Amino acid sequence: MNHKKIALRSGTEQALATGYETVIGLEVHAQMLTQSKIFCGCPTRFGADANTQICPVCAAFPGVLPVLNREAVQMAIKTGLAIHGQIRLLSEFSRKNYFYPDLPAGYQISQYELPIVEQGHLMIDSPERGEGIRIGITRIHMEVDAGKSLHEGIVGGSWVDLNRTGTPLMEIVSEPDLRSSAEAGEYLKKLRAIVRYLGVCDGNMEEGSFRCDANVSVRLRGASAFGTRCELKNLNSIRNVMRAIDYEVERQIELLEEGGKVIQETRLWNADLNSSRPMRGKEDAHDYRYFPEPDLPPLRLTAERVAAISAVLPELPDAKALRFQEQYQLSHYDAGVLTSSRELADFFEAVAAEAAALGQANAKMAANWVTGELAARLNRDGVEIQHSPVTPGQLGKLVAMIQQGTLSGKLAKEVFEILCNEGGDPQQIAEQRGMRQVSDEGAIDAAIEQVLANNPEDVAQYRAGKSKILGFLVGQVMKATQGKANPGLVNQRLLAKLAE
Amino acid sequence: MDLARITLKQAADLLHRRALSAVELTQFFLERINAHNPTLNAYITVDAEGALADARQADACLARGEATPLTGIPLAVKDLFCTKGLRTTCASRMLADFIPPYESTVTRRLREAGMVVLGKTNMDEFAMGSSNETSYFGPVKNPWDHSRIPGGSSGGSAAAVAAGLCVAALGTDTGGSIRQPAALSGITGLKPTYGRVSRYGMIAFASSLDQAGPMTRSVEDAALLLQGMAGHDPLDSTSIDQAVEEYVEQLSGGVSAQERMRGLRIGIPKEYFTDGLSESVHKALQEAIERFQELGAQCQSVSLPTTAYAIPTYYIIAPAEASSNLARYDGIRFGYRCEQPEDLLDMFARSRSEGFGAEVKRRIMLGTYVLSSGYYDAYYRQAQKVRRLIADDFHNAFTQVDLLLTPTAPETAFRIGEKKEDPVKMYLSDIFTINVNLAGLPALSLPCGFDAQNLPIGMQLIGRPLQESSLLRVGHSFQQVTDWHQRSPL
Repeated sequence: MNHKKIALRSGTEQALATGYETVIGLEVHAQMLTQSKIFCGCPTRFGADANTQICPVCAAFPGVLPVLNREAVQMAIKTGLAIHGQIRLLSEFSRKNYFYPDLPAGYQISQYELPIVEQGHLMIDSPERGEGIRIGITRIHMEVDAGKSLHEGIVGGSWVDLNRTGTPLMEIVSEPDLRSSAEAGEYLKKLRAIVRYLGVCDGNMEEGSFRCDANVSVRLRGASAFGTRCELKNLNSIRNVMRAIDYEVERQIELLEEGGKVIQETRLWNADLNSSRPMRGKEDAHDYRYFPEPDLPPLRLTAERVAAISAVLPELPDAKALRFQEQYQLSHYDAGVLTSSRELADFFEAVAAEAAALGQANAKMAANWVTGELAARLNRDGVEIQHSPVTPGQLGKLVAMIQQGTLSGKLAKEVFEILCNEGGDPQQIAEQRGMRQVSDEGAIDAAIEQVLANNPEDVAQYRAGKSKILGFLVGQVMKATQGKANPGLVNQRLLAKLAE
Repeated sequence: MDLARITLKQAADLLHRRALSAVELTQFFLERINAHNPTLNAYITVDAEGALADARQADACLARGEATPLTGIPLAVKDLFCTKGLRTTCASRMLADFIPPYESTVTRRLREAGMVVLGKTNMDEFAMGSSNETSYFGPVKNPWDHSRIPGGSSGGSAAAVAAGLCVAALGTDTGGSIRQPAALSGITGLKPTYGRVSRYGMIAFASSLDQAGPMTRSVEDAALLLQGMAGHDPLDSTSIDQAVEEYVEQLSGGVSAQERMRGLRIGIPKEYFTDGLSESVHKALQEAIERFQELGAQCQSVSLPTTAYAIPTYYIIAPAEASSNLARYDGIRFGYRCEQPEDLLDMFARSRSEGFGAEVKRRIMLGTYVLSSGYYDAYYRQAQKVRRLIADDFHNAFTQVDLLLTPTAPETAFRIGEKKEDPVKMYLSDIFTINVNLAGLPALSLPCGFDAQNLPIGMQLIGRPLQESSLLRVGHSFQQVTDWHQRSPL
């Protein structure tokens, strides 16, 4: 086969155009939001002074022993259930041995042969393959985070901060089921939404509490064997994950097209340079000398404990989106956007409830305002929905007023601005500022009479068949009422008058 | 009464009768340590000040009538139990200046029971050895013959008990490190069931095998000391969450030795009585068997077919765990760090090369090798399977008999330097004790005779899991009708 090389925007497009298929598997490390570390009582707070949150156990002093944090187990089970995984009633911890200054014991305690969760999956909407693509999750295992080595601004050596040492992690390993960088992004968004819904991880990629490594390979479309993969590290945002994958796919295709071979290696992504460089090859891979951790007995769970956790799981993104589609008659897309975070979904439901309480049960407009005007505003100011300047009550009232016809869409945006900047009650704002929409037929008819009288030529042209004139006349009526007239009503009355 | 040969039981009686104060008793032993430790080298660190302060508190406790059977008893602690504020070296250059910021569970419990810690005893480096010759602080001498080793790794504790440099001592046992030195030094030593005593704060050698236990002048003393040590510890996930028996009460139960022994079935594993066993030890064991029969026990031959695999199995599992446990000694946070490291790798490599002794490095390399990819299945995984078979052997034997009687060591104390250059020969010293650790069982070593050079011989009683009280009862009965344990090198 002869594949022509073309300059392309993304690796995915290049893959498609040149007949290659991208294969991606992701490994996510999620820090669990436990009160204390996984094997000792130290707090897990982020940002404390270096080495102030350590004890002999997490600093691996001689003779200390780990004691497993029950809350961490609870969180891993919750996550496993949320991704439809099988919870192993017998799992075990192993030691992964390697020397590094920020790994005080010289080994990481991690689940290896028997992880707590196996065979899960989640569903994503793929831009290329459509809605509801199933992405397998091979396993979730618990392990302990390492500390941090500090190099910057330190002369003559490096420093070690062990505050993070012992923070419980879940490693969530996907199957090589992802076929594009966009799918990888969707997978990460969905997974992040799930752990946030569960309250088991804050999902913050920048602070490193939700970290992702990507295994990327390409193969000719239709090939059954996988290509040689490379592992990408240092991807600290979803955007970087996607960019790094695109770069890697292009790199691998180019290599293959030039008759070269992909070498299995670990590559480090540099977001500033928008490129990656080899970090270590297969031959430099550590021999971790895994063996079962003798200081911890195997972890045994009862089916009752798992069932009890299952019974109190919150409503998760997919279920919520489905409910939103049914209950509020929203589109798949809108429901997906609104359920991307629990806070956003809760906000929307509160807006819809407020509007419904005021007699306006159609939630479509509430959804539009939350995903449209409000989202744009929050995005502009970099504010989370939890800190929205407008309350769901205020927005619900505003939406109800629009639906009742007492406020035009245009004026509603003005009221929204005022709500954002000054607060207050939407109804009062509209009244005080004379922004109430005029739906009084008498007043509108009077304005129409006036406009028709002032523009006899246009009326004549309309009646002669130039229907486009209608828009001009509507505009004239709106102008005459300082924009307060209900546009629907104006349209309707004007048509009636012109037909007379 | 010669205080140097006093038992824990006798000392407790004197203290409780106020015939003697804890300070007096402590001072007596501190003076003996001053006089004899330079020769014996049993202690690495002596804490005279701390011991006297503990003793004064004990006296106050005794005066208030709040004392326990352990209050005011001077104790020697093997130098791998972390003691807060008191140097804990593990007999290694690596930790020669290490002062722990926390206390081990065992020493904490014993201190809370009122015991007086005299100091920290010498041992093989990181408990790796059978002769106490691998210590960074030099070998310990056997009080019965200063040209000989006291056994190891708890050689300092054994020598301190035998030579009257303490009333009782703490040891730890990974493959025989309590029992073998107890036998070679003519004292009593008990390795409890794995998990009966907390490992928290005990510097780890091989986590799945390590267990702390008492080293004393009598079985009765061992029961008293174990009572203060044993019990579940939330800080040790491998400690057993089961109530501790009343060891002391169950010792005699108010009946005679004969009554306690009647009908007891003692198994004699035939694999333990082979060519490697010295004649004198064999003979002493024969006499002990006869003594038990006189007391009314039934002794019968049993077989433990996997016995021969114990040493190779142990020397895969123990070094594997050790290679990982000792990874934390990297020169970063505590312990020895080499001078002027060129870079990180140089710091790791040289700190460890210079900080560890030869035997420790040998075992780290061995352990690293057997865990390496490509060898794991052939060695480590295979050894774990054999370990299970060894445990099954014991389990089967215990369907026929109540306990097992074996020699503790194949021969009496050997000369310093005799086996130092031949690791395999040295490893064979533990041939009768190692499989007990692999099976996690309790075992007691107690004196049962002397050879022609007047060197002590020990025998080993092995029991079912958590049957420490049974071992202690049988051992105590034996000591009620024999006086081997009362002999002293003094």
